Amino acid sequence: MSQFRPQGEFKTWLPFVTLLRKEILRFMRVASQTLLTPIITASLYLFVFGATLGERISVLEGFSYAQFVIPGLILMGIINNSFANCSSSLFMSRYLGGIVDLLVTPVTPPQFIMAYTLAAMLRGLLVGAVTWMISALFAELPWVWPGLAVLMAMLASILFAQFGLIAAIFAKNFDTLSMYTNFLILPLVYLGGVFYPISILPQPWSQLSQLNPLFYLIDGFRHAILGVGDISFARAFGVSLLLAGGLFCWTAWLIGTGKRLRS
Amino acid sequence: MPASCVTLLDRVIVSPMEKALKIENLHKSYAGVAAVKNLDLEIEQGEIFGLLGPNGAGKSTIINMISGVSVIDSGRISAFGYDNRSQYRQTRRMLGVVHQEIVIDNFFTIEQALKMHAGYYGVEDDEPWRNELIDRLDLRPHLDKVMIKLSGGMKRRFMIAKALIHRPRLLILDEPTAGVDVELRHGLWDFVREINQRGTTILLTTHYLEEAEEMCGRIAIMNYGELVALEPTRDLVRRLSRRTLRLWLTRALAAVPAGLDAYHPRINGDGRQLVLCLPTEQGVGDLLHRLSELHLGIDDFETDQSHLEDVFLQLTREDRKG
Repeated sequence: MSQFRPQGEFKTWLPFVTLLRKEILRFMRVASQTLLTPIITASLYLFVFGATLGERISVLEGFSYAQFVIPGLILMGIINNSFANCSSSLFMSRYLGGIVDLLVTPVTPPQFIMAYTLAAMLRGLLVGAVTWMISALFAELPWVWPGLAVLMAMLASILFAQFGLIAAIFAKNFDTLSMYTNFLILPLVYLGGVFYPISILPQPWSQLSQLNPLFYLIDGFRHAILGVGDISFARAFGVSLLLAGGLFCWTAWLIGTGKRLRS
Repeated sequence: MPASCVTLLDRVIVSPMEKALKIENLHKSYAGVAAVKNLDLEIEQGEIFGLLGPNGAGKSTIINMISGVSVIDSGRISAFGYDNRSQYRQTRRMLGVVHQEIVIDNFFTIEQALKMHAGYYGVEDDEPWRNELIDRLDLRPHLDKVMIKLSGGMKRRFMIAKALIHRPRLLILDEPTAGVDVELRHGLWDFVREINQRGTTILLTTHYLEEAEEMCGRIAIMNYGELVALEPTRDLVRRLSRRTLRLWLTRALAAVPAGLDAYHPRINGDGRQLVLCLPTEQGVGDLLHRLSELHLGIDDFETDQSHLEDVFLQLTREDRKG
């Protein structure tokens, strides 16, 4: 009797579903690191800016500082965790050699990118959602355009999932990987308007801040929740969409050609 | 998964006439140094084929290019008639690869990883087949262990199960028994033979040349990225091997008797041991008859046939000198 499978038993989407399931299982298995830690960090920020300093600061007319800062903190959680999920998973696979297990399978480049991206989005949005729930203890958000806020959150997680994949592909060791977080994402997030509106900055810092891609994500997300922002929502969304599209194309090229993945 | 997800594009139809593996004019360099030079190689369906060579000969590079881990510089590889670049999805479904390095995912147990690996290949978990692999490779007592807790031999066995979980037509084994104890090695080879008898073509590399000699119908020997031999194992050994006839004589010889020059004679020790090299096609009886004509009294004799290991050393050393 033949030991081969009958022809046509191959399920096109099963490699994608399997990789997605594996990526979700991976971060769920170490949930204390991947979910609990960022939620605790976000809670501490909320406590500091919501319950203590927030009472004494006002940066946006008509809103408490807690209401101003919470959208930024939610997005910061989404961004950090979407990036970390893709970058750590793919880099560990490269570093420990497990990536060959995937490279020899019929998983296609689009399936590869989609599976990693969706798992990263799930982790990022989970952290964001829990941060929002905890934030309810400190301030109530008006949620002016909830659909657009969710759209911006998804765009931010897609964008940083792509960035995580790119960082994992280019990182030579753990040091270089952590440099992306410490020397690129962290400054961009902090200077991108999470804790203050860039309109309160003097020139040229206000103009320079508009070169920060994170500003558009943060401002767009906050705009959708509070109904006010430093720039129009359309501009914030458009620039974010362009950035996400650009990074997606770069990732697709890297994965498709196997750059730094296949020797 | 609904049946509608099965697409015609992914259908694989294998003609029995197709080569299990066809490599044409394959070339690969790393940093300007050629690792594989213009290789042509064909493997028939159902063969157990040995790819041998010293370290750095290019064996793993070839396997990596076949399986898609490495990019091909030039040339073409096809498996069962499917190009491994333009039709990689079909090709990879027919290949199972056991890499030389132990590749495991420490997050998952053996059972989870096997189910997952079937999914990567687009096939649903086939429980009877999975159980057969688990039992044949003695993995059952360790099913719930995460990979990091497995011994080296266990990890090797798991890697073989993983490579077979989607029922590949061509199983590629790159040093599957490196660092594995003798008993386990024998068990693994028995299993590989059985898999082969059930229709799977085998391509293997190993440093245990006596095993390659025993297992492989045909052998290719690589050296410095080039093919230095490619023929049936028996023919290769016969063509290049030498048989030695060692005689213990009743009386010591002062000099080699005339008429034996063709046998490259050598006198050992106190003159009572005569060593002759026989062409493989000549029987020992003929030579013994010739010796009796020379009135040489023989106390005892033994013959010694060289093996693949000697042939391998001969070919790779010659190539190095050349």
